Amino acid sequence: MAKTQIKLKVNGKDVEALVEPRMLLIHFLREQMNLTGPHIGCETTHCGACTVDLDGKSVKSCTIFAVQADGSELLTVEGLAAADGTLHPLQQAFMQEHGLQCGFCTPGMITRAYRLLQENPNPSEEEIRWGLSGNLCRCTGYQNIVKAVRSAATAISQGREAAE
Amino acid sequence: MITGHFEYHRPKTVDEVVSLLSRHGDDGRVVAGGHSLVPMMKMRLADPAHLIDLRNVAGLDRIREDAGNIRIGATVTQHAIVESELLTRKLPILKEAALLIADPQVRYVGTIGGNVANGDPGNDMPAVMMALGARFVLRGPKGEREVDPRAYYEAPYVTAIGDAEVLTEIRIPVPPARHGWAYAKMKRKIGDYATTATAVILTLEGGVCKSAAIALTNVAPTPLYVEAAGKALVGTKGDAAAIATAANAAMKAADPVSDMRGPAEFRRHVTGVMTQRAIETALKRARGG
Repeated sequence: MAKTQIKLKVNGKDVEALVEPRMLLIHFLREQMNLTGPHIGCETTHCGACTVDLDGKSVKSCTIFAVQADGSELLTVEGLAAADGTLHPLQQAFMQEHGLQCGFCTPGMITRAYRLLQENPNPSEEEIRWGLSGNLCRCTGYQNIVKAVRSAATAISQGREAAE
Repeated sequence: MITGHFEYHRPKTVDEVVSLLSRHGDDGRVVAGGHSLVPMMKMRLADPAHLIDLRNVAGLDRIREDAGNIRIGATVTQHAIVESELLTRKLPILKEAALLIADPQVRYVGTIGGNVANGDPGNDMPAVMMALGARFVLRGPKGEREVDPRAYYEAPYVTAIGDAEVLTEIRIPVPPARHGWAYAKMKRKIGDYATTATAVILTLEGGVCKSAAIALTNVAPTPLYVEAAGKALVGTKGDAAAIATAANAAMKAADPVSDMRGPAEFRRHVTGVMTQRAIETALKRARGG
């Protein structure tokens, strides 16, 4: 089957690639881009482990073809830290609040929480739970995940105040 | 899970979509959000040779009001419905229903057009559209036609849409500002389809129910418009007896199967409960509560 050329921006870098139309975005990211942060979990659009940020929306990359991302801007968990390696406040908070046990769901959780905080910088616990309802954690670590997102929200808003 | 091979098309106009569909017949499938179709393709329950993506078709993602109708383009996402100020004001049932669909990631991508067009009896918006008296706009080689949702669904995934037709828009007559509305859905968890759900749209005049439309999700091979349930309310003050008659009519119309969401008797029973709740909520809202 003929391959199709796609152009997109991944974590701030321009990328051109040839893909089979049937290649899922998650496979493109992991196998062609070597970005293994997004995980393959359920493969049925339930678990959220493959969540990435596509044109300002959280999406499950197991349910989108790479060709559909042509022309898009994409952010994975690898793109969150600063160029000098300074962790994003969400990454810092997940570490400090023990927001993970096995870590499998973490890239999806953090990438989803990133978009949630963009849309709602000061979410309540309830809003965080609804906002993360498309991401499953099988270590039952939700308590600390919610705490981590809350704590990152505070850190980000304090950082913003300090900068002003 | 990997899908079968297909050729990918990204037309820019509805005319191009229709001509691709005409050329490829049964081998062509339209995709918008893809969150119903792509999982089916991964399980090889669908294997289209040509995938026709609507994402670049201009004008299909608009929501606007026009001559007493709200017009919602086929590629408007559930997320856009939740965020729409116009819809929240004029058709609040859409936001209530959209928020009960899947999860945030899916709502960013899943579209209203896909939800109503594909004929999955588990989808939530078809019953809502039946209750609202909406019209589906289909474009095909012979031009445009409007179809009543109450006549669109024939069997699971079998609808009145023709091989070379594409749903482009939904037109919904704007209900009176003080109408009553509710979508009550029972589901096991976030992301699940309904065990059963009921959509209600009604109007009151001087405390008496003037019109009522009631439709059900996922308790039959197709979404169900239950005329008798609405009729049971019209002319009454929405007293307990009238609500019970309407709920009974819904239970009688429901024809659920026993599955992992529960035995048929349970699902029929809960259909009555959801219908009662939806009517009570709609009445309360119409009365200004």
